[in-house]
Amino acid sequence: MTNAAQTSPGPIRRWIARATVRPEPAKRVQFDRPLLPWLFLAPQLAVIFVFFYWPSAQAISSSFYIEDPFGFGATFVGFDNYTDALGSAEYRHIASFTAIFTVLVTAFSLGLGLLLAVKADQVIRARSTYRTAMISVYAIAPPVAGLIGMMLFDQHIGPFVKLAAWFGWEMKVGLNYFDTAFAMILVSVWKQVPYNFIFILSGLQGIPQSVREAALIDCKNGARRFFTAILPLLAPTAFFLLIINITYALFDTFAVIDVMVKDKAANNPITLVYKVYVDGFRGNDIGGSSAQSVILMLVVLVLTLVQFRWLERRVHYG
Amino acid sequence: MAAITITNVSKTYPGAAAPSISDINLTIQDGEFIVLVGPSGCGKSTLLRMVAGLEEITVGEVKIGDRVVNNVDPADRDIAMVFQNYALYPHMSVRENMAYGLKNRKTPKAEIEARVAEAARMLELGPYLDRKPRALSGGQRQRVAMGRAVVRQPAAFLFDEPLSNLDAKLRVSMRGEIRRLQKRLATTSLYVTHDQLEAMTLADRLVVLNAGRIEQVGAPLEIYHRPATTFVASFIGAPAMNLLDAEVDGSRLRIGSHVIDARRNMAGQGAITLGIRAEDLHPSATGLPFKVDFVEELGAQRLVHGLIDGQALVLILDPHLPLQDELRLSVNSDKLHLFDILSGRRLEHPQTAANGIPVPA
Ligand SMILES: Nc1ncnc2c1ncn2[C@@H]1O[C@H](COP(=O)(O)OP(=O)(O)OP(=O)(O)O)[C@@H](O)[C@H]1O
Ligand SMILES: [Mg+2]
Repeated sequence: MTNAAQTSPGPIRRWIARATVRPEPAKRVQFDRPLLPWLFLAPQLAVIFVFFYWPSAQAISSSFYIEDPFGFGATFVGFDNYTDALGSAEYRHIASFTAIFTVLVTAFSLGLGLLLAVKADQVIRARSTYRTAMISVYAIAPPVAGLIGMMLFDQHIGPFVKLAAWFGWEMKVGLNYFDTAFAMILVSVWKQVPYNFIFILSGLQGIPQSVREAALIDCKNGARRFFTAILPLLAPTAFFLLIINITYALFDTFAVIDVMVKDKAANNPITLVYKVYVDGFRGNDIGGSSAQSVILMLVVLVLTLVQFRWLERRVHYG
Repeated sequence: MAAITITNVSKTYPGAAAPSISDINLTIQDGEFIVLVGPSGCGKSTLLRMVAGLEEITVGEVKIGDRVVNNVDPADRDIAMVFQNYALYPHMSVRENMAYGLKNRKTPKAEIEARVAEAARMLELGPYLDRKPRALSGGQRQRVAMGRAVVRQPAAFLFDEPLSNLDAKLRVSMRGEIRRLQKRLATTSLYVTHDQLEAMTLADRLVVLNAGRIEQVGAPLEIYHRPATTFVASFIGAPAMNLLDAEVDGSRLRIGSHVIDARRNMAGQGAITLGIRAEDLHPSATGLPFKVDFVEELGAQRLVHGLIDGQALVLILDPHLPLQDELRLSVNSDKLHLFDILSGRRLEHPQTAANGIPVPA
């Protein structure tokens, strides 16, 4: 490829030259040919189209049909798939579990990430070792994390099960609804904490030393100082992480859930995304599953809009 | 209001080979304005921060008023600090920035409001009270930082190069403002700068630091006229004092092949370092031959750089006089500063004033 570019540089160079001549005094880059910016955008747009718009359009369209399980055609049913999903007690049960799951995972991974970052920020000796140890968890792929989690909660060898047994808690992950939910949340949080840790730590280190020192002179109480003078400066980071964590809890925990409840989805806690998968790929209910994913899409859209409208303008100080 | 007493204080940063501050003794009177001055890295900030409680004191004792504060929290030392980069809280308005320290000290609300209003009036911050720092200019931010210190009504103000981020003109006016404010409040102040002009104009007493040690303490003019060491001589005053290698022989001074007859007994004997301020050299009919090298025009005066017998020298001349390539220079013999050639310490003349007339060799 590089060879080809080297042997025939003429047209490419001329093309680049044409795109870059006549530099404007203004900061904004001006293109003299209207097509060129679209050419530059094309690869990105293609990716977005193939992996987002097209499947989304597919999902929306198939959510209005009931498809024959054997692929012999589809019948238009209007909003039936939506009313079926929203009307079902099971769906609403899973939806409320998803809400609780999302709130807990987001709260704990943000909280723990913050706590660890604040502590790591104060560590002076063996600083980088400590940080690397913290961050390395993030390098574990989600299914592997799920497997590790599964092992930690294994009925026979899982250290968590043994620990719980000490306190008289007979843990049965995969069988008991509450125990499974507990393990799922724990593993999901564990997987996400390093991500939050990295961002919060770098946010903390972006706070000027002199501002901290001014606060040290102005406020004797350490906790109060943290909440009034330091934490507010992390708000932009926290806002970004809030969105990322909610999305994580809603969607990216799929692998963890999958490993934990595999083949036993029926009596186990699952989230809406997992139900989309179960109904669509196990139950072959393409229409219903599509309707559910459209609902999910709308929920995320609304959440993100709300966050940007109400939160964002309060957190940026410049 | 309180005096600050610094006794035998040393500081070695963890892991550092040499101390950054060595055995400093200094007493700051109640209400006095002390300026710490010295080249970059000499330990000015370190000393100030030890008084503030932001840096641990390795050896020695710091007292604010009658209280030893070595192990007292910065918040409990009853000091207020003004930082070089202002260090305002970006998420608080100007009003909240000033009120923050008072609120945390459980000052009554009415009192906080009164103090903030008073500080805002003094510093002309009234129109900006509800703005966030990002919407202020550098000079305004600096004033907010001052306001934050003033409302606290502390026993001492600590300033760490508060003006060095401002442009030259603003620096001059803020300098005046700080001086006025400090005189009015009569609050003990410790002020760090490496700008010797700022140091001269602000200080009641100057403390010249070099490599973690005090070189000289004294009133600005005293230091200017009687620098204790060659270091102080070359650091205080612009242009820097000329330092020449010379030899003393009774009442005669030899610079290379030229001789000045001071007509009185000089301090020291043999090789010394001779200091002459640029403004103390005058052209005359007879005297030391001086070869002009280049000229810097400053408007009100003209700095002429050149050589006396191969040694660099600068003098200040009236810009109206015509320039020549060669001059002859004379100097009043009380304006000669003599320093030990090895230690750099000042050698005092026996006190008998006489006009020295340079004698050509
Ligand atoms: N946190 C630190 N750890 C180790 N050494 C330090 C630390 N802070 C300062 N030093 C060293 O201590 C010496 C004095 O530093 P200090 O900051 O007091 O200088 P300064 O006089 O304020 O200089 P400047 O005019 O550049 O601000 C320097 O040699 C510096 O390298
Ligand atoms: Mg400094």
